[in-house]
Amino acid sequence: MRLTINGVGQELDLDIRTSLLDALRDHLALTGTKKGCDHGQCGACTVLINGRRVNSCLTLAVMHEDDEITTIEGLGQPGNLHPMQESFLQHDGFQCGYCTPGQIVSAVGMLDEAKKGWPSHASKDLDGTVSLDNAEISERMSGNICRCSAYPNIVDAIRDVNEKGAA
Amino acid sequence: MSEHTIQMDKPIGETRLDRRVQDVIGKGVARHEGPLKVSGRATYAYENLAGDGKNVAYGFIVTSTIGAGKIKRIDAVAALGKAGVLHVVTDSDGPRASADPGDKKPTAINGQITHYGQPVALVVAESFETARDAAKLVTVEYEPTEGTYALEDAQDKAFDPGQGVMPSIVKKGDFDKGFAAAEIKFDQTYTTTSQSHSAMEPHACVAEWNGDELTLYGCYQLVSTNVGQLAAALGIDKSHIRMVNPYIGGGFGGKLGIGPESVFAAKAAKVVGRPVKLALTRQQVYQDTSRRTDTIQRIRIGCDRNGVINAISHDTLCGNTPGDTVFEPAGISTVFLYDGENRLITHRLAEVNVVLASAMRAPGEAVGMLALENAMDELAEQLGIDPIELRKRNEPKVDPQDGKPFSSRMLVECMEEGAKRFGWADRSKVPGARREGEWLIGTGMAAASRKNLLQKASAKVELRPDGSATIETDMTDIGTGTYTILSQIAAEMLGLPLDKVAVTLGDSDLPQAPGSGGSWGANSSGSSVYAACEGIIEKIAAKLGVEPAGLTLKDGTVIADNKQTALTELLAGEPITVTGTFKPGDAFKGTHQASYGAHFCEVAVNAVTGETRVRRLMTVAAAGRILNEKTATSQSYGGQIFGIGATLTEELVVDPRTGLIVNHDLAEYHVPVNADVPQLEVVFLDERDHAASPLASKGIGELALSGVGAAISNAIHNATGIRLRDYPMTLDKVLAGWAAGKQAA
Repeated sequence: MRLTINGVGQELDLDIRTSLLDALRDHLALTGTKKGCDHGQCGACTVLINGRRVNSCLTLAVMHEDDEITTIEGLGQPGNLHPMQESFLQHDGFQCGYCTPGQIVSAVGMLDEAKKGWPSHASKDLDGTVSLDNAEISERMSGNICRCSAYPNIVDAIRDVNEKGAA
Repeated sequence: MSEHTIQMDKPIGETRLDRRVQDVIGKGVARHEGPLKVSGRATYAYENLAGDGKNVAYGFIVTSTIGAGKIKRIDAVAALGKAGVLHVVTDSDGPRASADPGDKKPTAINGQITHYGQPVALVVAESFETARDAAKLVTVEYEPTEGTYALEDAQDKAFDPGQGVMPSIVKKGDFDKGFAAAEIKFDQTYTTTSQSHSAMEPHACVAEWNGDELTLYGCYQLVSTNVGQLAAALGIDKSHIRMVNPYIGGGFGGKLGIGPESVFAAKAAKVVGRPVKLALTRQQVYQDTSRRTDTIQRIRIGCDRNGVINAISHDTLCGNTPGDTVFEPAGISTVFLYDGENRLITHRLAEVNVVLASAMRAPGEAVGMLALENAMDELAEQLGIDPIELRKRNEPKVDPQDGKPFSSRMLVECMEEGAKRFGWADRSKVPGARREGEWLIGTGMAAASRKNLLQKASAKVELRPDGSATIETDMTDIGTGTYTILSQIAAEMLGLPLDKVAVTLGDSDLPQAPGSGGSWGANSSGSSVYAACEGIIEKIAAKLGVEPAGLTLKDGTVIADNKQTALTELLAGEPITVTGTFKPGDAFKGTHQASYGAHFCEVAVNAVTGETRVRRLMTVAAAGRILNEKTATSQSYGGQIFGIGATLTEELVVDPRTGLIVNHDLAEYHVPVNADVPQLEVVFLDERDHAASPLASKGIGELALSGVGAAISNAIHNATGIRLRDYPMTLDKVLAGWAAGKQAA
């Protein structure tokens, strides 16, 4: 089968049981996407599929032949970091770093959702534009667990990117 | 290469770190390894040998489906018959759980099932999917026995576990007599549940043999200890093992001892002649590694009407698996936090058929200070004294147990500064007096203390002819900031810009450090880097024919006798390499060393549902020199949030019939998520503890957890008027408290 990861098409021979996450980590050596729980509970495996954030452990690789998949490696590299990666670095939005790729990819997807006006549990209004205050960011990022507990800095990092309109 | 050793026998006065010529020490610079972590380029254990054509095989652990009994037979025939299955490891000397850091090796299965979900066998196959599938085909025949799964059911058979990280019993004077004679007698019992470290990276490894030489890519906190444990478990000499752990996806104590994965993977890799990758599933992390024990703690305080303590006692009961005798030192702070002539601190241990109980972040203080600091709050209320004032009235001048001077102690300053910043004076002293809509608002405070621990440590520092430096040690960075602070220490000492310092960690081929645990890492390992740099400075001084004290190092140059020379010129093509070693000495033995702090919290408790939300949380801390303000603050946030979880949501639920940990995943074991946490406040008081180490620092990583939960639960009481003594303080307990209160009225 063919998977398109970070704009690059790759031919693969995969077990139909292989999750998208394991395809990335075990078959494509794209180990930036992390396995924390394999049950869609922690968010460490978040990738963007056609621009939307998805837990890659909860979807099978064979389902994504025609999709555009973006992983942390596709956002930026040292020396050429994405604004969200740079903001996490400056705000210390991580400690051990294991949930971090998932947090960053999720944050990028989340800002896009907010831009489109999607409401959250923290939204006062279901219609209209979304103003991303701390409560909105925290709520929308609660699918990504960080046991080191960098949450206050994660919120700062994302708010900063949003306010600068950089991502 | 030469060596330079510092043994800390007396306090060290002003150092280059105080003069701050390069001005990088203490600064909140971004993490050294940060660009790799934010871009997914930092390689964690499981990710080694990915995509390099090494023909890696995959493992999956088979676990027990009973909680206690004997293994009669393991039938792997069906699994072995499946296409793609390479081998099934069924050795009875495989580990039954993680090792405690103090163990020589993990306890072996030895034909027994001592807890539910215990490792029994390992299936190795061509792919992860095949190994997982085949693991279900391994059938195990058991001879079940009656298990004991609840601490309460085992307490009658509890015993004195003897010496652990502290003596099980610490006493002074005559507690019983002092308590009996006291004007005011306080006596309450508090309970805490089993907790899980729940690091985001599940325990994982890759084992690769080259002849008789094993390379283990792991995720362990204490490399030099862990190499020895793995060697002992495999029955080989540790010189045959190289352990590589440059990045560790969180530890919190859960990776202090080796996990079952490394022993099983190494055994399997030897047999199949290929590298084996093995990650525990999240469920296996809960059931097969370790946990923090649940506790039943009784606090008794005898004092006069002014709150001056004459007798204090802290009795702790905790549990562990049969054969594992490590106890939770919950009374560790009670030994020295408050004054009082008559003291009795005891710990007892009971055997339960639940996975290994071992160290989890701030072992002792994390749960012990919940009880102690709740008790102080209750006592203050009973006496009508402000909780801060009660603590001040019992502030000891020297260690109340053995009379040693404190190396430094700023508890009172922390409480006073926190009170001012938090607005403590404005709080309602009457519980239940503040309401906003359906939310009841309350505030609480608690003291924090964490014993300062120091260990011997070594590191090699090389000043290179191009004016850069490298640091090499087997020390680990579990998210604590080790890479960053070691680079800052070397840059400050050697007068180098930060980007000229490279750090290599976590490789057992490098000089030995004590690893990450007990908040000793930065101080111990950092001091070894300090020692190495001091050795390098001596050599530079010798080259120039001056005394080391007369040297100033800045921006890659050395200034002596009013002459500035570039290091590149001075080195003239030759590196200077020194292995520095730091040893704790008489300064550590002669003083009582601990970090101190004070927590202040505001909660809102829903008057309808009983749900508690933390609205404000402030920790003021004094832990000696702060080596990096940014990473130290992050560490403290982490401690505070660990405390929010312990107080409000975290509880390992063990099925009393089978021993199954029912909530063995991240959906059901509730660690705090982003929306559970407000923007937090952390304040560091300026302190230098020159008796603690050449860095004048003390531990910080666990301090913010110590006592923080008590500030939250004391705030719940202030909001609601209910005294809960059973952690975590979930909404059902708040509602039950109201119901009981109404019934009583």
